[in-house]
Amino acid sequence: MSIMEIIGSILVIIGSIFLFLGALGIYRMPDLYNRLQAGTKATTLGAMSVILGVGFLEPDWFLKLLILVVFIGYSNPLSSHAMARAMYKRRVFPWTKEGGVDAYREVIEKETEKKES
Amino acid sequence: MNSQPTHLQPLSTQTKLSRFLMNWILLTLVWIGFTGTLDVQELLVGIIISGILSLMAIRIFTCCTLALLAPKKLFYLGKFIVVFLIALIKSNFDMARRVLSPALPINPGVVQFKSQLKSNFAKMVLANAITLTPGTLSIDIIDDTFYIHWIDVVSDQPEVAFKEIAEDFENLLLKIF
Repeated sequence: MSIMEIIGSILVIIGSIFLFLGALGIYRMPDLYNRLQAGTKATTLGAMSVILGVGFLEPDWFLKLLILVVFIGYSNPLSSHAMARAMYKRRVFPWTKEGGVDAYREVIEKETEKKES
Repeated sequence: MNSQPTHLQPLSTQTKLSRFLMNWILLTLVWIGFTGTLDVQELLVGIIISGILSLMAIRIFTCCTLALLAPKKLFYLGKFIVVFLIALIKSNFDMARRVLSPALPINPGVVQFKSQLKSNFAKMVLANAITLTPGTLSIDIIDDTFYIHWIDVVSDQPEVAFKEIAEDFENLLLKIF
């Protein structure tokens, strides 16, 4: 095995571990927003790591895969932001502990009042 | 929110030209990445197609102008990418720690803070960077106020939240855009 193959395989394994942790996070977290948090972070680094690992295993594809990594790096947080915002606008409020802060709620309440009046 | 949408605002000729050239360079680089060769024929087709595309998309790709190519800005861009990657790895370990510990140590909430960034693109980059840094997820941006879901709320004061979440990124972004 060459050095490139070893680096590639290690990156793929690390990526799949993070992807698994992301799935576990989605299962364990109490509400939508926390699940999104676990999902976004783990899948971003996990997918990036797996793709880069494949790039090391197949050096011919490296530039293409690098472009894929960049696309994942900016489309993943965008989509999770879109989901979080849409769910908040549907009045799905985040779970908080006793006396937790929720600064966005006032904005939504005002918006709904405006619509109703 | 009440200002005109970005793609309808009038542009000066200089901005248009500068943005067009920058888009052209970026698209050509992407083309080279996808084809993977520096063959003259491939390159020529790529340059022509990216030129046509960037001419068509002058009001859609508003990200950058030629000013971004200044060495100082490129340096800060590189620094931003390094800081961002470190934060991404840190956030993954943070998330792994929270997910794997049996007690599930979280204290979620939504905080807000104000940012000094002006351009829409810079705000988007900051929001994306915030989403991928430890324990935070950006929910909405209204004018210059960011609403952030924070998995472990330290303080509900906007200043403290800003310092904890966004200060490093914003200082770098202010220098880039």
